[in-house]
Amino acid sequence: MNVTINGAAHEVPDGTTVAQAILTLTAATTGVAVAVNDEVVTRSAWETTALGDSDRMEVLTAVQGG
Amino acid sequence: MDDLLIAGEKFSSRLIMGTGGAPSLEVLDQALVASGTELTTVAMRRLDPGAPGSVLDVLRERGIKVLPNTAGCFTAGEAVLTARLAREALGTNWVKLEVIADERTLLPDPIETFDAAERLVADGFVVLPYIGDDPALARRLELAGCAAVMPLGAPIGSGLGIRNPHNIELIVEAASVPVILDAGIGTASDAALAMELGCDAVLLATAVTRAQRPDLMATAMRAAVQAGRLARQAGRIPRRRYAEASSPTGP
Repeated sequence: MNVTINGAAHEVPDGTTVAQAILTLTAATTGVAVAVNDEVVTRSAWETTALGDSDRMEVLTAVQGG
Repeated sequence: MDDLLIAGEKFSSRLIMGTGGAPSLEVLDQALVASGTELTTVAMRRLDPGAPGSVLDVLRERGIKVLPNTAGCFTAGEAVLTARLAREALGTNWVKLEVIADERTLLPDPIETFDAAERLVADGFVVLPYIGDDPALARRLELAGCAAVMPLGAPIGSGLGIRNPHNIELIVEAASVPVILDAGIGTASDAALAMELGCDAVLLATAVTRAQRPDLMATAMRAAVQAGRLARQAGRIPRRRYAEASSPTGP
């Protein structure tokens, strides 16, 4: 199935979880938060939340600003 | 100097720093140390796996409390989602709420800001909203449960100082929560003026991070905030139209 991660198209196996999808970006997940289709997925739910086809996943972290 | 109290948390520094605009994390680190700040803003953006180092490491190393902002948001909905992601990523329920109206002025949108503030307060956040120098809006946000109000001195990054000192005084007079002058500070005298007007703290970034020597300007800002606070507490003399002799006038 096809999903969007931080604006880029990815093809991932059916049943891919949020935890697995994050690994395509980074192994270091401290200071990181995830939203799928504009809803926050809490860290404790990463392993159990499966992505669906056409889902939009955003992985954010803190940067310099403000 | 007396402590600053925001939502029950004590800070001995009344200078809140932003981290935007610094040419490197090393320069930022030196400036933060020189400023003496204990509370510093960061923005939330898409993770860039190639980014060298993290601003969070700098703050953690220095024991500075992180204050995530919602910079870049144009609507209440975007701001609420960004605040929730920041809470998840950084483990803090504090948020500098920033909802801007347009890219050219970066002025805060009062309607969207108020909407987001109500939703975030209801969701258990400690909300510090960035607003125009509007006494009525400041009052309404305090009544809505915000932990502080952050009126601008002038547009973000403009360095124009405090364009409407009278309105800042009106906001201070009416507020029971801390008033933090945010945005527009260009140099040390602007920060001192904010404190003399009765603000409880000053938030600045660009004035330090884009100065010729950020660490030196950070030192200047630290001293200016302290001087302004002390002058406010000391109580300035009234302005007079004519001279008043300070030496005896008789023979």
